[in-house]
Amino acid sequence: MNFADFVCFESIISDLESSDRDGAIAELVASLDKAGKIGSNNNQKIIKAIIKRENEASTGMGKGVAVPHVKHDAVDKVVAAVGQSSKGIDFRSLDKQPVYSVVLLISPKNAPDKHLEAMEKVFKHLQQEKFRKFLRQARTAEEIKDLLFEADEKPFL
Amino acid sequence: MGELVCQAELTIKNAEGLHMRPAMQFVDVASRYRSKITVTKNEFEVDGKSIMQVSMLAASYGTKLLVKATGPDAHKAIDELRDLVEVKMFNETPGPPE
Repeated sequence: MNFADFVCFESIISDLESSDRDGAIAELVASLDKAGKIGSNNNQKIIKAIIKRENEASTGMGKGVAVPHVKHDAVDKVVAAVGQSSKGIDFRSLDKQPVYSVVLLISPKNAPDKHLEAMEKVFKHLQQEKFRKFLRQARTAEEIKDLLFEADEKPFL
Repeated sequence: MGELVCQAELTIKNAEGLHMRPAMQFVDVASRYRSKITVTKNEFEVDGKSIMQVSMLAASYGTKLLVKATGPDAHKAIDELRDLVEVKMFNETPGPPE
């Protein structure tokens, strides 16, 4: 699966305002809502569900990245929003360090394999130091979008 | 202490596959052992103690993983990982019978 298959490019936020986890999650879900990706009246429900999931175990897995996600009926295919923070977000990460890059995913409930494929794509790149660095250096949504497209062309970016 | 090597082919039996929560359980168990632990899916090998790498496997229901431990506690590590993956199934719902 490619980023272009599930990332909503309209929902890229190059400088998240929130410096706290729940605020950043709300910003990203709101941007997916605005792009019409999560149906109607699901915004608050999805935010709550993602925060609940996050409270069970942080998806801030170290190295400045977090991948909050949930399975929800509001979507019939995997959708993702990408957010960047220059000041860092307290995501209660495993390594207790701030998070600079957030990939928020919403997957349908009845397609576990699609969810796994999207996660595979996200982690394949997030674990590359070069990709994380380029993401942090991106200053605009356009630059982030270009990086994601480039990653679709180059599996080892 | 000699370097023991122990390996097992483990099948993912829970319906949702190795998504992040089970991947974290796997890494938690693997990290309790001194042995080096690798996981291989279709000849692609990752570090069994890295949450990013294990999440990257995208091991869906029915996937077979080769788990290999190398080190003084290799046998115990494989036993506990087998129990987690195939017996406890990460405390999740099993998939349909094959």
